[in-house]
Amino acid sequence: MIKATINNVDIEVPEGTNILWAAKKAGFTIPTLCNHPDLEPGGQCGICVVEIEGIPGLKRACMTPIGEGFKVRTHTPRVMATRKQLVELILSNHDTDCLTCVKNNNCELQQLAATLGINVLDYPKFEEKLPIDHTSVSIVRDPNKCILCGRCIQVCSKVQTVNALAVNHRGCDTLITTAFDAGLGNSVCINCGQCVVHCPVGALYERSAAEEVWEAIHDPDKFVVVQEAPAVRVMLGEEFGMPTGSLVSGKMHAALRRLGFDAVLETNFTADLTIMEEGTELISRLTSGKNLPLITSCSPGWIKFMETFYHDMIPHMSTAKSPQQMFGALAKTYYAQVKGIDPAKIVSVSIMPCTAKKFECQRPEMNASGYQDVDYVLTTREIGRMMREAGLDIKEMPDEPPDDILGEYTGAATIFGATGGVMEAAVRSAYRLVTGKELEDVEIKPVRGLKGIKEAEIDIEGTKVKVAVAHSCGQARELLDKVQDQIAKDGKSEYQFIEVMACPGGCVGGGGQSWGSNMAKRARRGESLYEEDRSLPLRRSHENPSVLAIYEKFLEKPNSEKAHKLLHTHYYKRSAVDGKILPG
Amino acid sequence: MSQEKQCHCAEIQEEELYPRLEEVIKEHKGKGEDLIMVLHKAQNLFGYLPRKAQELVAEGLNVSLNEVYGVITFYNFFSTVPQGRNSVKICLGTACYVRGSQEVLDKAQKELGIKVGGTTEDRRYSLDVVRCIGACGLAPAMLVNDDVYGRVKSPHLLDIIEKYE
Amino acid sequence: MNLVRNHLLISIDAGTIMAGARAVEKALVEEIDRQGLSGEIAVLETGSIGVTGQGVVIVVYPEGLYYANVTPQDAHELVEEHLLKGRPVKRLMMTEMPKQHVIRKERTGLLKEQPRIVLRNSGIIDPENIDEYIAESGYEAIERAFTKLSPAGVIQEMKDSGLMGRGGAAFTTGMKWDFASKAPGDVKYIICNADEGEPGTFKDRLILEGDPHKLIEGMMIAGYAVGATKGFVYIRGEYALSIERLEKAIAQARQYGILGDNILESGFSFDVEVMKGAGAYVCGEETALIESLEGKRGHPRNKPPYPVTEGLWGKPTVVNNVETLANVPEIIRNGAAWYRGYGTDKCPGTKVYTIIGNVATPGLIEAEMGTTLRDIIYEYAGGIKDGKKFKGALVGGAAGAFMGPEMLDAQMDFVNLREYAAVLGSGAILVMDDSADIVGMLKSVLHFFKHESCGHCVPCRLGTSQLVKIIDKIADGKGKNGDIEKLVKVSEVMRDTSFCPLGQSPILPISSSLKFFKDEIFGRVTG
Repeated sequence: MIKATINNVDIEVPEGTNILWAAKKAGFTIPTLCNHPDLEPGGQCGICVVEIEGIPGLKRACMTPIGEGFKVRTHTPRVMATRKQLVELILSNHDTDCLTCVKNNNCELQQLAATLGINVLDYPKFEEKLPIDHTSVSIVRDPNKCILCGRCIQVCSKVQTVNALAVNHRGCDTLITTAFDAGLGNSVCINCGQCVVHCPVGALYERSAAEEVWEAIHDPDKFVVVQEAPAVRVMLGEEFGMPTGSLVSGKMHAALRRLGFDAVLETNFTADLTIMEEGTELISRLTSGKNLPLITSCSPGWIKFMETFYHDMIPHMSTAKSPQQMFGALAKTYYAQVKGIDPAKIVSVSIMPCTAKKFECQRPEMNASGYQDVDYVLTTREIGRMMREAGLDIKEMPDEPPDDILGEYTGAATIFGATGGVMEAAVRSAYRLVTGKELEDVEIKPVRGLKGIKEAEIDIEGTKVKVAVAHSCGQARELLDKVQDQIAKDGKSEYQFIEVMACPGGCVGGGGQSWGSNMAKRARRGESLYEEDRSLPLRRSHENPSVLAIYEKFLEKPNSEKAHKLLHTHYYKRSAVDGKILPG
Repeated sequence: MSQEKQCHCAEIQEEELYPRLEEVIKEHKGKGEDLIMVLHKAQNLFGYLPRKAQELVAEGLNVSLNEVYGVITFYNFFSTVPQGRNSVKICLGTACYVRGSQEVLDKAQKELGIKVGGTTEDRRYSLDVVRCIGACGLAPAMLVNDDVYGRVKSPHLLDIIEKYE
Repeated sequence: MNLVRNHLLISIDAGTIMAGARAVEKALVEEIDRQGLSGEIAVLETGSIGVTGQGVVIVVYPEGLYYANVTPQDAHELVEEHLLKGRPVKRLMMTEMPKQHVIRKERTGLLKEQPRIVLRNSGIIDPENIDEYIAESGYEAIERAFTKLSPAGVIQEMKDSGLMGRGGAAFTTGMKWDFASKAPGDVKYIICNADEGEPGTFKDRLILEGDPHKLIEGMMIAGYAVGATKGFVYIRGEYALSIERLEKAIAQARQYGILGDNILESGFSFDVEVMKGAGAYVCGEETALIESLEGKRGHPRNKPPYPVTEGLWGKPTVVNNVETLANVPEIIRNGAAWYRGYGTDKCPGTKVYTIIGNVATPGLIEAEMGTTLRDIIYEYAGGIKDGKKFKGALVGGAAGAFMGPEMLDAQMDFVNLREYAAVLGSGAILVMDDSADIVGMLKSVLHFFKHESCGHCVPCRLGTSQLVKIIDKIADGKGKNGDIEKLVKVSEVMRDTSFCPLGQSPILPISSSLKFFKDEIFGRVTG
């Protein structure tokens, strides 16, 4: 342990703690722009400088480990003047049209400028405006807002190992762009949006569908159905100032209904359905021994990652569509048929914690209903703003149930939103499918939580199934490299079933979550999903009465021909240069 | 500054150079640390770094395309646009600058109708700046290909470069 | 060398090549052959002899006579008149013969001249022939290290010598080696920083071109001392001739068993690889250089950890400048006490300067540490050109400081200059006569920083841009009251918060120019 003082406050912290975190111990928050609690410090902004007695000059708190006996001062006149100067320099090269910025009121630079009391800009502005990158269907990049803090780069290259974004060019011409400056839509970007949620300013944000959805809602000729992903119910409260991870399922249904959607349905319903399809697929692969391990397919960021960097894993992928797309296919067929609505009039909207879902719904093969199955995807942030625009406050809403016949869900569905959840839900039902008996203890704790790659061995009446769970594409890469090596060496892998989610923490850590997120918040949201699971009367997907009904009335049985047509999909090989589908 | 043995023969089609690039890449297969070295060699082959060459280098050295692009756009030496038959380089080292090389550069940009780093449409000239070529005694100095010109005055610029076809 | 009547040394460096040295060489050889003198006269290539701006330069030995601005058309006359008839061609003879160029005399002891430690062989031996280096006691130092000194002994010798890094930071070389030798790890590296990018500096190039084996020997000794078996020379990409010469020298050294496994039966193995830079000034900073060596963008790393503990590929790494390493064989061969006979107490040895601008004979100078600026300009560079008055000098390159006439008698060394808030830096001296425009100079320097900023950190990336905006305004006569203060303010923030020395440097030229030329600069601000 190291003993030191911060502004005369004594502290004791473990060796290697940097001054930024040591100061928190003493009750001082040192301002910073480039530092993020989940990422390595890069030292770009210099805002966090402090003075240390006996050491000349100023030191970056984020990169300086505190030493024994250090006397640190975090807001001397010199430090405060320097910080102001630095922020002024940043503002001289920043598009400061804050009122029309997507990050207005949520911008770390805006907050910092306010905190430091900057009210005059002493430096001439750089007037040159750079073009905004609109090439991606998921993410917009505005270089005029970018402060080159490097967070997006680190998350894209180190955490996700996608390397779509990088620092290109040099000096004052430095830009964060894709290869050849071709734009995110013409790159290997997997649309996961981790860059978006790590951006401190308004340089990265989702491509919004709010206007289109408003238009559909206000169009009397349209029947607008909405589905909400499992994770959204533990995220939406944050948009209204509720504590992180507040569970608002019922309030969410009520607010969506008041917003004007014609039917408030549930992605959770198709999550249960996914388990039936994927679970059946697992059993048949375990039986045949072919294409093992089976790998989950719910996360569209992960799918594009696999298609781009791991072509040879395509046969291992579950062919089951994601819950969003299963919902889409059923809304314009089964739902339309049962409710007697012309599917051409149905506008299918989904509320997602995800930016990649915007890409997924526009994939050309996602039109099993004969229409684009899902028309618009809104992130949690977008729907939160729309609710506020309509004068709704989620805190004030009553608890309401979803509508039938695509609304009912079990606890197994709701945990899809947390890493390991799909795996756990699948095992709950696979056990029944194989043995005909119910799994007594449905909670499979080894696959829960935010530690790295998780492994477990499940005993299904003597049959041992080795499973692994990865959350983040970096972990997926590590796991798949291992699987590839094993298959190359021994002809088979030690794993039979793998869950991959593109985002750290799973969907509760998706690119569509509220601004200002971190791993601690992701963990909290995940715990709330497990709480909802415990609170629900039914916790196994195969017990969902609406699921049983749809098989009885419409789909016949899991993996039937009809189920295959509507609920299963195929994958493409993509170029590692521009992410486009390769011919053949 | 000599630009090494750059290929200026326009008649050799770019496509014919790719097998030679493949050979270079083979020597450095999977060695990301050799990236800059390989890019030097590629540029010596093509005179610049065409997009396809960048893609091949990324794949061969097992680095992301963006890393390749990031490196290329960081270093002055690398160019992603084809070079002209004649390379005009104006020294902006301190000694030359003080003696008016910026004026010469402005004139060159105006006369050639291109910016620094650019190539004229007829591929006759490429324009670049260099930082001190050690010819400070001749300031302001410029280079056309391997020929050095000292005490260049902007009115004489055209007379000099027009000698090069 | 054969027994011949005359040696004709032709200086081959980037400057003279541009001036047509190759063509002159060809013409001379042909002419000598035509006149039937091939057996009597040898034409040798040598590195730069320390003269720039005088076209193709050749030296005829044994007379030691210098010709400048030689063209191929002069070959006939030169050969017939001088070499055949023994009548020097007056019209081509170098006027204003700089003192340090009279190498022969120094070597024969006829005249006490400036000591030549670093440049001992430059311009004298054929840099492409290892035998000539060996004949000048080359590779004796590494042998002494093997036979008489342990690695610890070498480090002690280096510490005793007091040699400080010549790249600009002036860290004690022996200390650096000591840290690296004590850093845990089996694999260690020696890197020679030959990415000379400071404007107006070309000393390293001339060392590389004139005496490449000396650098190799210096690196070997460093490797032996710290326990490294691999060395890299990171060399500026534009230095084509240096690269060619160095690669030849490495090949020859390998052929002679001087590089490779179990060198001279010592049990020590060492090899050197050349890595070509790609044009980024910031790569002169050691951690940026290391990133670049690893094939990445040259962004500086955070320090600590310093390269001596975590450098190339995370291994302990010594990064030394060319001139530093060129001192090493001399120190090890002659001993620390001998070395301390040169220079000052605090700063022993010599310094190689490139002196350019308005002096009579610009070029390369080696002078003892502690020599005054006045002596350097007036004794070794022939004084101010055309008899004009000295106005000032920019010393140390762009990251250097201006010196006014008040500083002419300041002793030039790393330690002493600190007291004047000036630096020796890379050893570039840009001399200005009374016609020089200080604002213009400052503008050039600040544009340079903006162009070379790597863009990683806010203060440097945006600070350099603002500095350029402000100085451009002042230079255009549109400066307002407060603009100069703004220059100072920005450069102070940059000094305090920039990630690496590049961004920390603009304060030096700005504050020093204001110290000596305040009235002139403020006079440009109209209000």
